[in-house]
Amino acid sequence: MTDEFTGLRVVITGGTSGLGRALVREFLDRGAQVAFVARHREVVEQTARETGAHGVVGDISRKDDIHPIAIQILGALGGVDVLVNNASSLGPVPLVPLADTECEDFEVALATNVLGPFRLTKALLGSLAAAAREGRQPVVVNISSDAAVTPYANWGAYGASKAALQHLSRIWDAELIEEGIRIVAVDPGDMDTPMHAAAVPDADPSTLKRPEQSAREIADLIASYLRDLTRSGLPVVTA
Amino acid sequence: MNPATSPAARVDDARLLMVDEHGNVSHLAQVDFPSLVRANDLVVANDAATLPASLRGVHAPTGAVIEVRLAGRDSLRPEQVTRFTAVIFGAGDFRTPTEHRPLPPAVRLGDALRLGPLRAVVTHVHAHPRLIEVTFEDTVARIWEALARYGRPIQYAYVPEPLAIWDTWTRIAGRPVAFEAPSAGFLLTWRTIHELRGRGARLATITHAAGISSTGDDQLDALLPLDEPYFIPSSTAALIDQTKGRRGRVIAIGTTVVRALEHAARDDGSVRSGDGIATERIGPSTSLHVVDAIVSGVHEVGSSHYELLRAFQTDDVLGRVDAEADRRGYLTHEFGDFVFIERRRTGRPGLVSPGTVQTKAADRVSGAAAVRTASGR
Repeated sequence: MTDEFTGLRVVITGGTSGLGRALVREFLDRGAQVAFVARHREVVEQTARETGAHGVVGDISRKDDIHPIAIQILGALGGVDVLVNNASSLGPVPLVPLADTECEDFEVALATNVLGPFRLTKALLGSLAAAAREGRQPVVVNISSDAAVTPYANWGAYGASKAALQHLSRIWDAELIEEGIRIVAVDPGDMDTPMHAAAVPDADPSTLKRPEQSAREIADLIASYLRDLTRSGLPVVTA
Repeated sequence: MNPATSPAARVDDARLLMVDEHGNVSHLAQVDFPSLVRANDLVVANDAATLPASLRGVHAPTGAVIEVRLAGRDSLRPEQVTRFTAVIFGAGDFRTPTEHRPLPPAVRLGDALRLGPLRAVVTHVHAHPRLIEVTFEDTVARIWEALARYGRPIQYAYVPEPLAIWDTWTRIAGRPVAFEAPSAGFLLTWRTIHELRGRGARLATITHAAGISSTGDDQLDALLPLDEPYFIPSSTAALIDQTKGRRGRVIAIGTTVVRALEHAARDDGSVRSGDGIATERIGPSTSLHVVDAIVSGVHEVGSSHYELLRAFQTDDVLGRVDAEADRRGYLTHEFGDFVFIERRRTGRPGLVSPGTVQTKAADRVSGAAAVRTASGR
């Protein structure tokens, strides 16, 4: 436990599993106030009980859920300094070539991995800008993937959606830097998570990164940015 | 004047009527707003997001169908959402003009209200029987979830389609503490804010729990606006000081900003930062200490919003504004057009130069540019 994030208001989507759950614990351990979002009420309530974070039930891929999610986040935290758009969809599971990908599965990947982060960030942008005016250096972290860059076969829906998210991050960062809001895309690496198991069922877990390790790296990135008064030390895309 | 009937009307193409410190009127467009702002000016907006504050339900003792519109709170603190001031309506919804709504049943202290997933108890009945205090019986988290998922935005019959919650949030909307949209803030887009910065001006915000604008009952409406909690960040107070020091203007986006800043004003034109509750009414006898100009929606004579404008300009000038806006078909209410009104030059109270009307070439409204102007009174 440290207190380096005392007073920091952190939101994590997809907070009940894999990297999201590790991020919830990591930010709590460093003293932040944390609210997380996930779809299933039982799991949300269980995670909230186990961690002490504030759980919000909602599906960020659904347009109608975004404002109710934002209202509950702001009701719990009063504002936002860090938003981690972590919730992701693989698209079709098991993974299939693009030519075998149903349009509906592609749409789910885009809704979850691109439109969801766009909408939630937009709904919270007023709060992020208010945090910036108060000198709190707000950051939005969009969780990306090396599949956003490398054209892996069978990763079409996921890779294309993550590429869009990564580019959205670049453009939005360029636009919002004058408001004092930074938007970064982070590739956390191949981790031993339920999502990775769904994508690559026969992978050897011992070759994969622990999600706790990636969570620590992301928290370190934010910590170093918050210490950096020049506000220049945050790369837009990090691997 | 006619109301704007669709939230889509606010997307960048509203009109902007400008009144300068001498009472001269000109007609511009919403997108021209940055051109009215000068280096060292400070634009102050209310960044309250709108709470979905209309709750349908049942008055348990009688079984009567009711609508409860949350209308006030004594704090902005997120955990203080158990108790609200509210106005109770009878059956029906926004499609019926409020003044034609059936009356709700008489409510008594201790009555239970079932409002979707929320259970509430009437914990006070004010002097007016439709103005009550309600206390929700649940945890703070569940109250927020129920409001977020079950509440609907308060709206009025002149907008026939049900509003989505995002229709009621300004671009800068932050904490969800307003009961109706702080609608002058619809003026601001992120592009506008970028342009303000380019002109050497700054944006600052306050958070003010804007209350409801109308109940359909004259006696109740006479009580509006209710006391409204607000928060002024220390960064905003500092920018106001800096602006005054550099002889820039403080331009308030909306009546709630005027109410908060003037409530927090010290005699020297600086403001106290932090939490406060705006209790005063601003009107013709108010001496403004902080705000130099206001952007507002177009309001009809007699409304509390209009009364506030009388602190900025004489009745003579405002009468001309009203006639001009009416003649040119400006749209009223929260999704309508805008006015930008500079505070009349002080030191010469009551003396107003004969107004002239200028029309921009881009003005989309045809018609003669000149209007007859009243001379003096």
